[in-house]
Amino acid sequence: MPVIAPRPDHDDRFFWDGVAEGRLLVRACADCGHVQHPPTPMCPACQSLRWEPREVTGRGTVLAWIASKHPSAPDAEPRIVVLVQLDDGPRLVANLYGADTSWAINDLAVEATFVEIDGIRLPGFQPARGAA
Amino acid sequence: MSLPPRQTAIVGIGATEFSKNSGRSELQLAAEAVKAALDDAGLRPADVDGLVSFVQDTNDELRLIRSVGIEQVTWASRTPFGGGGAMSTVQHAAAAIVSGAAEVVVIWRAFNERSGHRFGQPAQGPTQAGMSWHTPFGLDTPAKMYSLWFQGYMHRYGLTNEDFGRYAVVARRHAATNPKAWFYEQPITLDDHQSSRWIVEPIVRLLDCCQESDGGVALVVTSAERARHLAQPPVLVEAAAQSSVLAGDVLFNYYHDDLATFPEASHVADQLWRASGLSPADVDVAMIYENFSPIVFYLLEAYGFCGPGEAKDFIADGQIDLTGSLPVNTHGGLLGEAYIHGVNSIQEAVRQIRRTAVNQVAGAEVALATAGRSAVLLTRA
Repeated sequence: MPVIAPRPDHDDRFFWDGVAEGRLLVRACADCGHVQHPPTPMCPACQSLRWEPREVTGRGTVLAWIASKHPSAPDAEPRIVVLVQLDDGPRLVANLYGADTSWAINDLAVEATFVEIDGIRLPGFQPARGAA
Repeated sequence: MSLPPRQTAIVGIGATEFSKNSGRSELQLAAEAVKAALDDAGLRPADVDGLVSFVQDTNDELRLIRSVGIEQVTWASRTPFGGGGAMSTVQHAAAAIVSGAAEVVVIWRAFNERSGHRFGQPAQGPTQAGMSWHTPFGLDTPAKMYSLWFQGYMHRYGLTNEDFGRYAVVARRHAATNPKAWFYEQPITLDDHQSSRWIVEPIVRLLDCCQESDGGVALVVTSAERARHLAQPPVLVEAAAQSSVLAGDVLFNYYHDDLATFPEASHVADQLWRASGLSPADVDVAMIYENFSPIVFYLLEAYGFCGPGEAKDFIADGQIDLTGSLPVNTHGGLLGEAYIHGVNSIQEAVRQIRRTAVNQVAGAEVALATAGRSAVLLTRA
């Protein structure tokens, strides 16, 4: 199953531009500081339209995970999908590398990494150094 | 705010057969279901002046009007959220009637969802707008999208897939005695469930998934006053509600503080109890929209039928069986009867209140039909 490419638009192009540079950016309101992810055009806290990208460390904790593979058809390498609570940012969905389903994935400490699959650059996570 | 209680009623129900290959157009399925529901109510197409469905139905209102012979429609609307909006169709219909915008409203849902476009198949690129956060990472089917949420629940309360299997066994047992169910006379055991293939490991197996079905279902709603003069005993709309909240998402419900809760469903439940003056203990039978079995666990808890984390034991103890304190999905649900996006479950709630269900709950006075972010409470006149 080929990777479905992200489709950047007005409201999230900053994020994918950051991924291309190996930086994890979230959207913070320039007026009240509210961080909004997934991003929206208007700040839901103060209705501002002014945003600034904020770089986050990419360190966080796995809240939930699944093994993603097609149940009946031949497939590419199964991917682990994780929902991560960033230490200094919002929640982010991405794939987990450097671990398999035999790990205790819930509550695992992770850090961001960047990968290229089928020519598409994506953010991902890997076990944080020192995590087992 | 809520609708005034007991001002409207479901007076007709109708459906096609449920199959995997209907052999006819979705428009024909819709027309057949609407005609059957009108016949059931003792009404004619010319009596209809309102139409309600929900998003993703391919049948255009005007084509349905032309097919059925409806003369003029003064109210037409569709509710959002796909299947999650299934039960707010009744809210729309009731609101139209109470406001005077329409007098006889038909709700329909019709699909060739197995022989035609299959919702359960992986999405192909390009990513749909707003989905860049999820689909590139492999969340390309509803089963995967929902499972990432469900896993948070499993982790919190220490469930395994076997716990979900106990729901699937109940649904299939109910379907086994329902001649209209696709899985009529085909009950399963927990072993059957546990040996079915993984759809999303370690969350849901094949037998946790709703079917893909071809078929159509329709309901007729009118005022409680007019209902008294029609063919069937009126089934009153006691309360109908929906909820959308700031942190919510339909397919990717990952952004609420607690993954083990379903806040929209709790808000809907609060609205129902407040509007009706009823409480969970008053509900005699419940139809719970289950795209996948884990959602039943969230909803039993969100509605207060059991406490947080207790759904596992509630189900294992037999409380959702026909002999339990809250029989659930007595038609077999979307797993066992068919997947007509939950409108077939509203129909079963109506049958329970009419006391004509094949798996009748004795003395049913109050029936709930819920699709998580929308729900309806039905009572006897």
